[in-house]
Amino acid sequence: MTRNDLLQIQERELAARKKITLRCCQAAGCLSSGAKQVKEQLENAVASAGLSDQVEVRGVGCMKLCCEGPLVQADPRNTLYIRVTEANAPSIINALQGGTAEAQQGDPEAAFFKKQLSIVLANSGVVDPDRIESYIAQDGYQALLGVLRDLTPKDAVEVMVKSGLRGRGGAGFPTGLKWGTVAKSTGLKKYVICNADEGDPGAFMDRSVLESDPHCILEGMAIAAYAVGADQGYIYVRAEYPLAITRLQTAIKQAKQLGLLGAGIFESPFHFNIEIRIGAGAFVCGEETALIASVEGKRGTPRPRPPFPAESGLFGCPTLINNVETFANVPPIFRHGAEWFARVGTEKSKGTKVFALAGKVRNTGLVEVPMGTPLRVIAEEMGGGAPAGGRIKAVQTGGPSGGCIPAEHLDTPVDYESLGQLGSIMGSGGMIVMDETTRMVEVARFFMEFCMDESCGKCIPCRAGTVQMHHLLDKIARQQGTRDDLTKLEELCDLVKNTSLCGLGQTAPNPTLSTLRFFRHEYEALLQPETGWHRNEATSPQPTATG
Amino acid sequence: MKVRLATVWLGGCSGCHMSFLDLDEFLLELVDQVELVYSPVVDVKEYPENVDVCLIEGAVCNTDNLEILHRIRRHTKVLVAFGDCAVTANVPAIRNQLGLGNAESVLQHAYIEHAQNNPRVPRADGIVPPLLPRVLPVHQVVPVEYFLPGCPPPAGQIKTVVTQLLAGAAPQLAGAELKFG
Amino acid sequence: MAAKTLTIDDKHLSAEEGATLLQAAKEAGITLPTLCHLEGIYDVGACRLCLVEVKGLTKLVPACTTRVAEGMEVLTNSERLRKYRRMTLELLFAERNHICAVCVANGHCELQTLAYSLGMDHVRYEYRTPRWGVDHTHRLFGMDHNRCVLCSRCVRACWHVEGAGTKNVSGRGARAHIITDLNQPWGEADSCTACGKCVQACPTGALFHKGATVGEMVRDRHRLEFLVTARQKKEWITD
Ligand SMILES: Cc1cc2nc3c(=O)[nH]c(=O)nc-3n(C[C@H](O)[C@H](O)[C@H](O)COP(=O)(O)O)c2cc1C
Ligand code: SF4
Ligand code: SF4
Ligand code: SF4
Ligand code: FES
Repeated sequence: MTRNDLLQIQERELAARKKITLRCCQAAGCLSSGAKQVKEQLENAVASAGLSDQVEVRGVGCMKLCCEGPLVQADPRNTLYIRVTEANAPSIINALQGGTAEAQQGDPEAAFFKKQLSIVLANSGVVDPDRIESYIAQDGYQALLGVLRDLTPKDAVEVMVKSGLRGRGGAGFPTGLKWGTVAKSTGLKKYVICNADEGDPGAFMDRSVLESDPHCILEGMAIAAYAVGADQGYIYVRAEYPLAITRLQTAIKQAKQLGLLGAGIFESPFHFNIEIRIGAGAFVCGEETALIASVEGKRGTPRPRPPFPAESGLFGCPTLINNVETFANVPPIFRHGAEWFARVGTEKSKGTKVFALAGKVRNTGLVEVPMGTPLRVIAEEMGGGAPAGGRIKAVQTGGPSGGCIPAEHLDTPVDYESLGQLGSIMGSGGMIVMDETTRMVEVARFFMEFCMDESCGKCIPCRAGTVQMHHLLDKIARQQGTRDDLTKLEELCDLVKNTSLCGLGQTAPNPTLSTLRFFRHEYEALLQPETGWHRNEATSPQPTATG
Repeated sequence: MKVRLATVWLGGCSGCHMSFLDLDEFLLELVDQVELVYSPVVDVKEYPENVDVCLIEGAVCNTDNLEILHRIRRHTKVLVAFGDCAVTANVPAIRNQLGLGNAESVLQHAYIEHAQNNPRVPRADGIVPPLLPRVLPVHQVVPVEYFLPGCPPPAGQIKTVVTQLLAGAAPQLAGAELKFG
Repeated sequence: MAAKTLTIDDKHLSAEEGATLLQAAKEAGITLPTLCHLEGIYDVGACRLCLVEVKGLTKLVPACTTRVAEGMEVLTNSERLRKYRRMTLELLFAERNHICAVCVANGHCELQTLAYSLGMDHVRYEYRTPRWGVDHTHRLFGMDHNRCVLCSRCVRACWHVEGAGTKNVSGRGARAHIITDLNQPWGEADSCTACGKCVQACPTGALFHKGATVGEMVRDRHRLEFLVTARQKKEWITD
């Protein structure tokens, strides 16, 4: 593959474009409500209307407004159809010829779409994830080409540093700094790993990216590998994402066939291969050292750091590990330049962030917004606020490691520091909106149960502490707790946060701590009045007092 | 005025009381300083009021234990969990591992499955107290001031604790004196 | 190797580069509570009892896996650390079923010793009283899961000293437990060489020689270290 070959593919693909494109979402959300059949019906209708030379029905990735799927968008007319059924699909073709469509229409100009800024999701809902040509048509693999042709590995690291990108896997570690560390580590063999374990309940950003635009991950990983000096990559995906796995497999095969992976990419000495590793679906395997152990074929448990994977990772070799969304930012950064990227976002949090918006809001789905966008814009303007009659009570970010931000703080901008100050975290991008019917103690109990079940069991504070904290939360939620129990709970939060081995345990108390911080009255209202003795369920009902 | 001392025997094997009796001649010194107002070794039926110190042997196993413990807490200044059964629930709590319905299954096991004659679970309302669904250490039922672990606590440790209490000081056990078992 | 100078609890000392804080503390006569650490096998930093404060770091670090560095100022016995250690032990005692009075290791148990040395006179958390079994299928040894603290010392001894790879951890969270081979009864685990190194490694009464009764399970804590050292230095090869 040469530069010319790549450009030729792009030209051919663009030249073959038809007058009208019907983009039909084929990501997991819409597929679960029948999008596959809808696409087939659309294709049949195009054929029987004799429009095959004018209309392309393109299966694409996530079109973001998942709650209204299956989604179909007609271009260039900019008509969005929602909740399309097999039955009303043919009428959409009819409408192209002047008839009326029976399918419901959505508003592509609504705030939900207009307030988005797509960098990571730029190709999502646009390219056909099963066809590499479709990606190449959108300037795909040109960033890799440019890097290999014009930049030394050191320059490439420098671009990442300048872009200010921070890791999207949760902690927000500066990506350029991480690349630089791996690049500087000495070792004959180095690895690049893409963390696609995405275990947060309610989060599906990474899955969407993989299902919608798998090639951008491959391209991002290849650039990273060149920058740090690696020749082997792994994508660690959870087994619960079969569609993402299939699309990645297809993408890797196609990239290899075109010589975009393998030996001598773009006639340079650089060679790079990618393999997929399938995780068995343990939340803790998203933690980098546990993930590495799992790829090595060992039990997926974390180990103390240092040494960090950048110095000693997979099979003891220097390893770069980044999140899916982090890698997805790489090709755009190299295509448009670090300065372009750094202009988006805030002083310390550059670029955009993708959130999986869920819970008690009208519009649920994927939103990508510039860093610094106030939570209110996301939850109320884009999400459309709580459904009929409800009011937003809190917004949860960061899943089981994050916290609940109460409505009075909705003007907080989403960036790493602001969310951290409120006792939450950016996390990987789950965002759950809660309305006034939500009981905060139960929210805390839910997340604690998750952490308790997902604790790997290696260290005592997390393994045994989450069990006790869950027990206390449960007792309080069932109105059996006392003030003494609340004190014990808070002490345990402090212990588990400060003494656990890995991030799972260190952050497991966060949902409890943040609900205690902002909704303490809800806990207190559930406590038992003080008596002379301890309340214990085994001893109630209390026997009649004697004397 | 003499210190009003009580000792009680809840769900335990009486070993802690045996160890108490092992105090030998110290018992005679004790008699000068305390008034033993309630104990398995004196014949008092009802737990009295205004008790200064009570040593509690045994775990909380049945409704009688529970009832007297509440009364003890109401009428006693200082409670000492006396021995492992009181401190950890120890051997009596093994039945907790059987989960819900453990009380009934241990009764079945003991009185039916292993009975040689007359297999029958003894039941006599008002005489045989029903078992609690879980056996508990004393401090999970009422607040406890001091803990004196050991199975049984050696006489020397009992002496240390009692002497310190009589002197009006907080008992100071440390190191191996706090050993369970 | 270069020496590093540091202070531990206001004691100035120097330690070899690459030494752990635990080793340095030991040399200086400072003992730290440990449970997953055992001389002779590598450290995993799992029990969190040896956590110490290092000036300038916000996080507590495990002494057993942290290397000495020049100018480090380490605190090993602050109020906060003592509180955490005690709570951690309480969590352990509440987790499974420790009935020291009837335990083979009574009087020779590292967990029991830690509890009383750190002043843990009772457990404030509710006992979970889970139902774990006893594996009595092996010819020579027994395992009582009720007393296991999941320190993984047996696993590491089995894999890295004996090289048999019989023992493993299975399950996660509170359901994590030690298994033999492919979760078979120990007596049917073909890979077990019956060397007994795991039994020597176990800090509690979880692993024991069959036939041992209350308080009889006395171990030689230096056996593994002795074997490993002898092997590394080839001390048993005579010519
Ligand atoms: C319990 C736990 C789960 C995690 N799960 C994920 C995950 O699913 N995906 C991910 O990218 N990072 C996850 N992380 C963070 C990773 O350890 C690691 O920091 C991240 O992959 C680094 O990538 P980044 O620098 O691009 O953010 C998890 C961390 C912890 C402690
Ligand atoms: S904090 Fe939890 S998940 Fe992490 S190592 Fe400890 S037990 Fe495992
Ligand atoms: S293992 Fe140790 S702490 Fe547990 S019961 Fe036995 S002696 Fe007690
Ligand atoms: S059996 Fe013993 S050595 Fe093995 S993990 Fe349990 S307590 Fe540790
Ligand atoms: S001895 Fe260091 S963590 Fe267990």
